[in-house]
Amino acid sequence: MTEKPLTKNIRPGRAPLSLKEYEAVGGYLGLRRALKEMSPKDVQKVVTDSNLRGRGGAGFQTGQKWSFVPVGEDAPRPKYLICNADEMEPGTFKDRLLMEGNPHQLLEGMIISSYAIQADVSYIFLRWAYKVAAARLERAIAEAYENNYLGKNIVGSGYSLEMYIHTSAGRYICGEETALLNALEGKRATPRSKPPFPQVCGLWGKPTVVNNVETLSNISHIVSNGPDWFKGLSVSPDSGTKIYGASGRVKRPGLWELPMGVTMRELLEEHAGGMRDGFRLRSVIPGGASTEFLAEEHLDVKMDYASVQKAGSRLGTGTMIVIDDKTCPIGAIHNLEVFFARESCGWCTPCREGLRWAEQILLAIENGEGEPEDTGILEEQCRRLVPGNTFCALAPGAVEPLQSGLKIFREDFERHIREKRCPWK
Amino acid sequence: MPTDEERRQIDEELKKAAFKQGACVDALKIVQRHRGWVSDELRGVAAMLDMTPDELDGVATFYSLIFRRPVGKHVILVCDSISCWIMGYEPVREHLKRRLGIGLGETTTDGQFTVLPISCLGACDHAPAMMVDDELYLDLTDERIDEILEKYR
Repeated sequence: MTEKPLTKNIRPGRAPLSLKEYEAVGGYLGLRRALKEMSPKDVQKVVTDSNLRGRGGAGFQTGQKWSFVPVGEDAPRPKYLICNADEMEPGTFKDRLLMEGNPHQLLEGMIISSYAIQADVSYIFLRWAYKVAAARLERAIAEAYENNYLGKNIVGSGYSLEMYIHTSAGRYICGEETALLNALEGKRATPRSKPPFPQVCGLWGKPTVVNNVETLSNISHIVSNGPDWFKGLSVSPDSGTKIYGASGRVKRPGLWELPMGVTMRELLEEHAGGMRDGFRLRSVIPGGASTEFLAEEHLDVKMDYASVQKAGSRLGTGTMIVIDDKTCPIGAIHNLEVFFARESCGWCTPCREGLRWAEQILLAIENGEGEPEDTGILEEQCRRLVPGNTFCALAPGAVEPLQSGLKIFREDFERHIREKRCPWK
Repeated sequence: MPTDEERRQIDEELKKAAFKQGACVDALKIVQRHRGWVSDELRGVAAMLDMTPDELDGVATFYSLIFRRPVGKHVILVCDSISCWIMGYEPVREHLKRRLGIGLGETTTDGQFTVLPISCLGACDHAPAMMVDDELYLDLTDERIDEILEKYR
């Protein structure tokens, strides 16, 4: 029986654990241990040694991210820790489960992480649509204040922390960490140039760490059980468990906490129950809309950072979108690019104009109005919308499914253009 | 100008903000909660936030869920992102059009409903999905949509 630290105390269809119930299953012991027996440096070391990598999609080492925050007497104050709960990557719904299912687990992780960087204030940057999560987090924060896990001199440790929820008002770009900072400051949520990095100059110019919900939900378990335990949870060089998911025409769409590094085949066939009757698997987007399509031949790829990258895509958020044989792949790619063109913040021209142009070409092809040179124009867009030409990672992410789609679905593109129609319509 | 009640609620948000501008999204939401939408008259609210009306408008127009035009009594947000699109976003949109007589971005003549597209609602395992005001509805079918609309009439 594999361990499932993140989800073992989540009760589907029922209210999440109250603070007292959470304490009864060992909750807040990691916090007590960290704040009373460990120095901030000790906590950072345990997390670094655990090799926890960011679960928001980029996979950056969490301990290393924290290590850039200035510490000591001379460090600028106040410092901030922000939980990025702006989950809006199409096909991604894992953070919703963690926030609705066990809000205290997230809070405990946030408080320990804040202690590790000696933050004074923490925010949960929550997407507008997650109404249930908002209510449950509000309640959990109130309980944490009542029981002195937040506020002044937390459990007599001498450490103090305030926590707030900021509920956003839409827009995918708010999940980009520097755009998120502008959003919290009440500005238009356009990204900032890096450097300076947020760890040095973040919210209101002060040192700030931004971590994902799933990343932070792991922290209390790592502190309680140690780095070796965390490494032992996985079946790959990347540590821990992962909340994987699948949507599309599979028999049982959903989320599963599994050892990091299970194969796509195991996820799709055992956990998602295979394809629905009458549908065949055509392709998989492994980790949210901004990752490359993989073909059926990649089903035995392990779902960890290095393996998925080697196969030509990214683990991303680990929530797979399954494309079946009755779904037009050109229509699917067009749908993805509609999303990215709409959600482009408009700050830099290549993204604002390039994505809309690509989306319009795709629409023309899907409507039977494509020209033979269109695939070449799309390929050129993919070559141009790369890091360095755009201000942030939105457009480079947006062209990942496009460039891989142009390869995997080449024949479908050509057929749409040749026959001047969508064969699926 | 903000009403006394709006002013009181915005003041509550300002207490939590390190800088006044940090409360501007909350302030816009307060105005929208009371009036349904945010009109061009932003001067009074902007002054409370130490912002110019244009700065505040720049923020208001950035967000998809701050409405700068009047909307119906209930706002239906239909998820059009990939998982919902695969599972039947287009049939949902068409059924709403049949039942309400309006397309995306439009409001029924009785002012009851506005239908808008929305990016991924994070309900991909229960696609297709939509929200009506603050309520999320999953696994939509024509019959289910009829039941839902009935609740809001």
